[in-house]
Amino acid sequence: MNDNPLPLNRDELLQVYQTMRTIREFEERLHVEFSRGDIPGFVHLYAGEEASAAGIMTHLRQEDRIASTHRGHGHCIAKGVDVKGMMAEIFGKKSGVCAGKGGSMHIADLDKGMMGANGILGAGAPLACGAALAAKYRDNGDIAISFVGDGASNQGTFLESLNLASIWNLPVIFVVENNGYAESTSVDWAVACDSYVDRASGFGMPGVTVDGTDFFAVYEAAGEIIRRAREGGGPSLLECKMIRFFGHFEGDAQTYRASGEVDDIRANRDCLKSFSKTVTTAGVLSQSDLEACDAAVLGLIDEAVSTAKAAKLPTKADLLTDVYVNY
Amino acid sequence: MARIISFKEAINEALDQEMTRDSSVIVMGEDIVGGTGSPGEDDAWGGALGVTKGLYGKHGNQIMDTPLSESAYVGAAIGAAACGMRPVAELMFVDFMGVCFDQIYNQAAKFKYMFGGKAETPVVIRTMVGAGIRAAAQHSQMLTAIFTHIPGLKVVCPSNPYDAKGLLIQSIRDNDPVIFCEHKSLYGVEGEVSEESYVIPFAEANVLRDGGDATIVAYGMMVGKALDAAETLAKEGVECDVIDLRTLSPIDMETVLESVENTGRLVVVDEANPRCSIATDVSAQVAQQAFKSLKAQIEMVTAPHTPVPFSPTLEDLYIPSAEQIADAVRKTHN
Amino acid sequence: MKQNIIPILMPKWGLTMEEGQVNEWLVIEGAEISVGDEIIEVETDKISGVVEATDTGLLRRCLAKNATIYPVKSLLGVLADSSVLDAEIETFIEAYKIPDSGEDDTEESIPQYMFTEVDGLRVRYADRGSGDSVVLLLHGFGGDLDNWLFNLDALADKHRVLALDLPGHGESGKTIPEPSISGLAKFVGKFLEVVGVPSAHIVGHSMGGGIAMQMVTECPESVKSLGLICSSGLGPEINSDYLQGFVETQSRRELKPVLQQLFADESLVNRQLVEGVLKYKRLDGVDAVLRTLSATLLSGTQTILSDKAIDSGKAILVIWGEQDSIIPVAYAQKLADSGNSSVEVETFDSAGHMVQMERANDVNRRLLEFLC
Repeated sequence: MNDNPLPLNRDELLQVYQTMRTIREFEERLHVEFSRGDIPGFVHLYAGEEASAAGIMTHLRQEDRIASTHRGHGHCIAKGVDVKGMMAEIFGKKSGVCAGKGGSMHIADLDKGMMGANGILGAGAPLACGAALAAKYRDNGDIAISFVGDGASNQGTFLESLNLASIWNLPVIFVVENNGYAESTSVDWAVACDSYVDRASGFGMPGVTVDGTDFFAVYEAAGEIIRRAREGGGPSLLECKMIRFFGHFEGDAQTYRASGEVDDIRANRDCLKSFSKTVTTAGVLSQSDLEACDAAVLGLIDEAVSTAKAAKLPTKADLLTDVYVNY
Repeated sequence: MARIISFKEAINEALDQEMTRDSSVIVMGEDIVGGTGSPGEDDAWGGALGVTKGLYGKHGNQIMDTPLSESAYVGAAIGAAACGMRPVAELMFVDFMGVCFDQIYNQAAKFKYMFGGKAETPVVIRTMVGAGIRAAAQHSQMLTAIFTHIPGLKVVCPSNPYDAKGLLIQSIRDNDPVIFCEHKSLYGVEGEVSEESYVIPFAEANVLRDGGDATIVAYGMMVGKALDAAETLAKEGVECDVIDLRTLSPIDMETVLESVENTGRLVVVDEANPRCSIATDVSAQVAQQAFKSLKAQIEMVTAPHTPVPFSPTLEDLYIPSAEQIADAVRKTHN
Repeated sequence: MKQNIIPILMPKWGLTMEEGQVNEWLVIEGAEISVGDEIIEVETDKISGVVEATDTGLLRRCLAKNATIYPVKSLLGVLADSSVLDAEIETFIEAYKIPDSGEDDTEESIPQYMFTEVDGLRVRYADRGSGDSVVLLLHGFGGDLDNWLFNLDALADKHRVLALDLPGHGESGKTIPEPSISGLAKFVGKFLEVVGVPSAHIVGHSMGGGIAMQMVTECPESVKSLGLICSSGLGPEINSDYLQGFVETQSRRELKPVLQQLFADESLVNRQLVEGVLKYKRLDGVDAVLRTLSATLLSGTQTILSDKAIDSGKAILVIWGEQDSIIPVAYAQKLADSGNSSVEVETFDSAGHMVQMERANDVNRRLLEFLC
């Protein structure tokens, strides 16, 4: 018998690595393409935050719903949204997951339970409560996750949602992805409580804080609270303390960060590096397993970009469609 | 069987019958049951003005009180709709839309389009509109224009009990987000309503009166005033067409244009403030599409560019009157 | 002398009419009036119609004003011989009171429409008049018992008259257990049982006529005689454009020309009539009912029911409007030509498919003659 001290088996761990690597390469590649001027509008990159998305989404099934932030690519990929479709969407192509009508900030796939990245911070929290309400009515054990950043954690919608979820005992998890910065503003300045655990208890629900760059820490904490929600135990708040490698948006000069800060976190707080170290040290996956995965992911991203670039843009006829189901 | 009931009873009946027919129709709002968690009666209020009284007894947890958190519960209704439920959320007074407008106009209205067609958001937001009960500036507005402006929303505003029931049932069965406006001053108005369930399609204006000399277009509480004005004018030998728009988005311009092409004279009546309103919208569309038929300038009868005043004398001056409407028609004959 | 003064009253068309608006006098004061002359155009919230003279005389007074609403049975005018003095007419007018306007109004206390249950389905019906001789009126496709609004009271003068809303129609339940002519015939037979009427003169209009004939097969003891008005079941042809139009159209604009096919005088299809049909079509369940029934009516060749009905030997009166564009008047003419002694046939000019409305007085008169 293999001696596997980790909570997931070999295949599952490889899947987790693949998810995180896909997110990483997707975002790194977007950074490059954006700087070339090929991507319209805004993008907000998730690189560095992969462990949060993967640690949580590994517990979810397709029917569970998530409501994401403006920084939604990582959530999408971890929830199973098609990577090529995402890339095409970000390039504004008709073959995109939203037919080119949404773009990076509104990327969604309801079939996969991904209720959308949101351009309005905090707006996903009530929507996730709604998904949880539907699950409660149907009594099917489904749950919903509302992702917010440290910035949006101050938005009225988020705070109202915490209260609503508690009084209605909704199967919804509020995940605060605290990467320390709300655009350029530090969490230390903007958030009144010292710990999100206090904010959770202020709204009558349990709260947990974990190191969001440690996949296994996220996985364990998330597993517990998701199980509780599925069983009718109500909402919880999970704070993932993490870092983002890139700016708030692409084009952000990030002068609000300390000099050398980004280099430092890339070197010392890279969740992919720590995951790799853990799984190889435990002897469950080998370096060559991981490298093979890396190559496959890079191939997928390459293909996604070239397909997206070659794909057709929407036409005038597409401008007026899908405003209503029928009018 | 058709019998006489009030506007508010017609709405109650629509909700009741739809909740019975379809268990995915869930109804929520502040004090909509009234008394939740309180030591006295269940269903103590049944809504601020009693519109939803009795529904809790019949439908139990299909109807629920919400905390004072419009963006959370309106947003939850929207999120639940995106997951296949058919929620009906009450925004107690349309004047409160400010605290939850994002969920309505940036989320619900835009899901279908932004997500490339895949989303459906069959949510109904019922809300009280209009002046006349001395509720003052923050509880008396007619904000239909703001919702009408947003692509992706539908806006409905019935003027009588029969229309209220049919249009609310239609709204609940519709697969797009609908803002269902209930004029608070019409709640007591009575009319003939069938006991059975029925629908009235959107984008079908109702022609309440045929005349031929002038066209009066109105919606909501103004419809009654338009009819009164038409009676007065009939005695002066001026016979008016009176058109009740019923739905503002989608809107039935065909019926309006057909009438104006015949009469050549148009008066649009709108209880809202005068800038950027349903009145300006209808007027502009008619001016553009039926210009050659017009024999006179288009007249609009609206509230003034002020908040709704409190004192009864002032509020009565604020609300457009039948006499003002008749005067406007006379002006088109000068 | 007072017997020579004949009041012209606001008629009561249908069970719920309480008032009507006088639109126009069609004759002037002083005119010589004969029976059947059209005197006044009247409009209710359901329909427009014409008051016809039921007597001969001189039109001495036109009291009603145009564009004015009057309660049912109001005095609208006075007919009298020229020998009657003006003073007597004045006295008559002053003394006239609308009957049944008091508190213990027996007519008001009888419910206008009644409801019962047949095979678990709610049925609305009207029950007017009294006596052992019962007439049952059956409306047609998409109609309801108010199709008989100009006929009910005239017939109820001499007979007990029942009229029901067929399943899926009017205010009866909106499902049809057996959506076929024979299913409906059985249902009507059961209805008669439920209301305790062993047999009746069955008068059917359009599809109702087909049902009446089918009752001869399903429940022959309940059929005393047959009145067939513009009836289905006498021949294969039926205006499928009309049927499909009735089923498919969703808007006022589209429905109006469809309904106009029912009448010789298209102007009878006013806004209120179209509204009334639309309101019915929009009730839950109606669309499904109409689709099923119209498919039945249009399916292949229509079963010819008349042979069996005629063979039964029961007395039959066939009435038709000569301008009927839904079911050809030729079918009536064919029966007339067949020379069958148990079959009487009469057709009326200036009337289409809704002859019982457009030539109401004549249809009533002919029916009463037949029923005696």
